[in-house]
Amino acid sequence: MISVQHVSKTFRSGGTVTAALQDVSLEVAEGEIFGVIGQSGAGKSTLIRAVNLLERPDSGTVTVDGDELTALSPAALRTARRKIGMVFQHFNLLAGRTVRGNVELGLEIIGVDGEQRRRRALEILELVGLDDKAGAYPSELSGGQKQRVGIARALAGNPKVLLSDEATSALDPETTRSILDLVKKINTELGLTVLLITHEMDVVKRVCDSAALIEGGRIIEQGRIVELISTAGSRLAHELFPLGDPPSRPGDTVIDITFSGGSADSPVIAQLARTYGLDVSILGAAIETIGGNQAGRTRLALPGNPAGHAAPIADLRRQGMLVEIVGE
Amino acid sequence: MIDPSAPDFWSGLFQVLLVGTGQTLYMVGVSLLITIIVGLPLGILLVGTESGGLFESPFGSRRAGRVINRVLEFVVNLGRSVPFIILMVALIPFTRLVVGTFIGPTAAIVPLAVVAIPFFARMVEIAIKEVDTGLIEAAESLGATRWQIVSKVLVPEALSPMILGLSTTVTSIINFSAMVGTVAGGGLGDVAVRYGYQRYSTIHMVAVIIVIFAIVMVLQGLATLLAKRFAHKSRPTRAEKASPALRASVMPGT
Repeated sequence: MISVQHVSKTFRSGGTVTAALQDVSLEVAEGEIFGVIGQSGAGKSTLIRAVNLLERPDSGTVTVDGDELTALSPAALRTARRKIGMVFQHFNLLAGRTVRGNVELGLEIIGVDGEQRRRRALEILELVGLDDKAGAYPSELSGGQKQRVGIARALAGNPKVLLSDEATSALDPETTRSILDLVKKINTELGLTVLLITHEMDVVKRVCDSAALIEGGRIIEQGRIVELISTAGSRLAHELFPLGDPPSRPGDTVIDITFSGGSADSPVIAQLARTYGLDVSILGAAIETIGGNQAGRTRLALPGNPAGHAAPIADLRRQGMLVEIVGE
Repeated sequence: MIDPSAPDFWSGLFQVLLVGTGQTLYMVGVSLLITIIVGLPLGILLVGTESGGLFESPFGSRRAGRVINRVLEFVVNLGRSVPFIILMVALIPFTRLVVGTFIGPTAAIVPLAVVAIPFFARMVEIAIKEVDTGLIEAAESLGATRWQIVSKVLVPEALSPMILGLSTTVTSIINFSAMVGTVAGGGLGDVAVRYGYQRYSTIHMVAVIIVIFAIVMVLQGLATLLAKRFAHKSRPTRAEKASPALRASVMPGT
């Protein structure tokens, strides 16, 4: 649905040159929620703004729903943008318009007439749970409500894609969850493809089907989350299940076991103890529900050096678990 | 010297004031209208043609944008820096061309509008710059044309500070309209000079000051009220906070 190919963008201000994006490629499949995660300054904001060409890349192509946006004339680009809704970190609502007026803005731009516009606005406000606030001004709303208006405005024109530029970063944790649940609901009920950027791993955990890690203007890795967590050495997987820095345990073998899907239920530790007679210590564990499935990572310490544990490790791997020897 | 104890003094004063006020309101009203019609787009263009602005590259040329910006800046600065009394005289040929004469209230409208347009354009520029660029991006993301961004986002969101700017503009137009009076432009300034100064009638002078003060007060009150009404919807503190700074930045010439 969204295809970003070899996009680069450099900013020059005064004497400093910042390479915000360097040869970035990204594929977002239809109907999925794709999260781009990165620190501030990593280029993620530039990336999402390049998708609807608010920021025109220096090179590379952006294709959304079959339209190669980077090749379109200004007028054609405006039309194509109607298929791409966008929500912003600071909401960007018009202070002089009511909630309904804000939602109608996009429809006015498209040229939908009065009565139809009003009906559509109310309908979409009901979807985001704000139908009772239609006549209120943004200054009378809480942050979460403002973002709901932002989402309603983005959805009013029936887009196929929703871009979310740090939509929950200005919100408290509870409001963040309710907004994310709304995004998930829109994704499921309307079949909307969502591309979101965030610096919070929780956002990715909660709603994303796929994710990409961006750093210094480059995509470090990307893929479906269920696949990423069973990929050895995946940084995203490590971020998803933070177990901290590897402990220094001379003489012991420290292993991280990642399990997902079916293997999550198997009695790993008991098995190791019974079959191999090992005294297993648990150093850390993290369990998450990702994409509706239980997945987790456990850090264990086995007495002795790694060479002596080839058999039990091979056994675990046979059962579909990802085993990584820490510090190796 | 006019004798205040003469039987028809007060009715004469009233008559003179009425005519003068009417002429002043006519001059100020029409030049204000012209000022809005020309100054508003001028102010929008001043902001828009700046680099990174909405009209940065009109007709697809970034150079054209830069040139237009430079020219507009030059014209506005010129209009704001020439003292009114000189401008008024220098414009006489132009005024004659437009109105057919350079005497009377109608002729006075020309220099008044010419001096007020750049003044108001700056006010508009400041007000528009206050609008969060995020709002422009939001409209762009919805597929808005430049004209839609101007008409649906920039102007409505900047309305409150623009109204305050307009009231400051009116005040200075009234101020200048009195000056026009001294060179046969009519209005209250004419009354003050002919009766108050040339015929030593302090009462006429005081009466003119009171009437002008009343007009300014009423207009200012009206503007504040309107600005508040729109600011109630937009950011109330911001528009009010901006206005003193706004005034200070544009007032020193007057």
